[in-house]
Amino acid sequence: MKRIKKLDTPPRFISWCAVGGYEEKNGPLGEAFDLCDESDTFGQKTWEMSEGEMGRCALNLALSKCSLSHETLELLVAGDLQNQCVASSVGLDSFGAPFLGIYGACSTCTEALLILSSMIESGAVTTGACVTTSHNSAAERQFRTPLEYGGQRSPSAQWTSTAAGSFVLTSDEELIKNAKLSNVAISDFMIGRIVDGATADGSNMGAAMSFAAAESIIEYFKESELKPRDFDYIVTGDLGKVGTSILRAILEERLPSAAGKHLDCGNLLYDAKRQDVHAGASGCGTSASVLASYFLPRLEEGEIRDILFLSTGALMSPSSVLQGNTIKGIAPVIHIHSSAD
Amino acid sequence: MDIYTNEGKKEIIKKFTPKTKVLKNTLLAFIFGGLISLGAELLREAYIYFGMSEKDALTLVGVTLILLASLLTALGLFDRIARYAGAGTLVPITGFSNSVTSQALDAKSEGLILGVGAKIFTVAGPVILYGIASGVLYGIIYFIYLYIIR
Repeated sequence: MKRIKKLDTPPRFISWCAVGGYEEKNGPLGEAFDLCDESDTFGQKTWEMSEGEMGRCALNLALSKCSLSHETLELLVAGDLQNQCVASSVGLDSFGAPFLGIYGACSTCTEALLILSSMIESGAVTTGACVTTSHNSAAERQFRTPLEYGGQRSPSAQWTSTAAGSFVLTSDEELIKNAKLSNVAISDFMIGRIVDGATADGSNMGAAMSFAAAESIIEYFKESELKPRDFDYIVTGDLGKVGTSILRAILEERLPSAAGKHLDCGNLLYDAKRQDVHAGASGCGTSASVLASYFLPRLEEGEIRDILFLSTGALMSPSSVLQGNTIKGIAPVIHIHSSAD
Repeated sequence: MDIYTNEGKKEIIKKFTPKTKVLKNTLLAFIFGGLISLGAELLREAYIYFGMSEKDALTLVGVTLILLASLLTALGLFDRIARYAGAGTLVPITGFSNSVTSQALDAKSEGLILGVGAKIFTVAGPVILYGIASGVLYGIIYFIYLYIIR
């Protein structure tokens, strides 16, 4: 079975946007974000609605950056961390675009880009957008303890980011010609497999996901004619400190040329020395906002040419973990290529 | 490294997961817990000094600590202290107060009946249930000792 799907008409990124909250603004990438609300509320009364509004802002900004009307969007693929993906549906209803709500835990960003790319490749749509959000306060409420609860977090625990990333992709030649940004495209992708994380510890999700990331990277380079040296970076979503050290150790042993290329969005979003985030960032907004604020601008400029991008998801629910089931990991892969001069 | 079996993965996770700093956490819990207890004792002395009976003073100390912890929770300060204090703020009655108040604050957006009403003891529930259950058990043992053995 061939797992890598090559795209004959690589869909191009014509716009993107990163939105965040307080910790994101004060992190190393804060300046590169398009919009940050340091109150984390985005003017809403509940955290759940704040996440929806953050997603709306992200897509609105991305559309205005490429002067595109929401009516041009033939497909909207979006997801978040809340039950039934409710943040995406409340946030994005005003755009009136055909909508696919998806859940891939923290792998949502890559999953959304992968679905939209294949829809564009198939000819079903020509222009669409992806939105991914996560909100620290909404996630804490749903997955862990009340916000003001005074407990100590384990050193391997990660900080769910309050962040959103949005991306507008198209294969429409007219749009590409007129777009200010159009150098970056998705050239191939590989759908992830469910890989057992061998732990039921919800405070150690980076470790649980690291095996899925390793599987995806190893399998990708087994099948692809490209080698790790053809990539500037191999970027994982939110493995954090613990997951990163496990993945690098596995790669050192099995694919040493890939180990040195690895970067993790969970380690890039915050400054672990200054910010109290324990093992780094998590949440599906992490990889989405870091892709939009850090990697895409550098790809567009031609500073880097190729990245292998894998958002990593920990597939679990509060009940599954309490019942002692191990956390499953998943790591879908996209290859993002820049044709900048 | 064996990344294809559960045993192999478990071993890798164990090797790379940082351990909780038990000594530091215990020491901090001792200091913070001790300070809270010292404050409570000073309060008791003060209440007695102002003319309260020993029994009333003790009750009022508990109430004061609950109020203070609840207030600090609402002001968003309790969790910041507890981040360092750990069991130091969790074990005294302050921890119980925080677990109830924080849950009430969280459930507020879902209404007074099905939100606050239904969820207020989500975190404190185990303490209440097993606290009462062990009270009953102790009562039975005490009864047997008092009326049967003696």
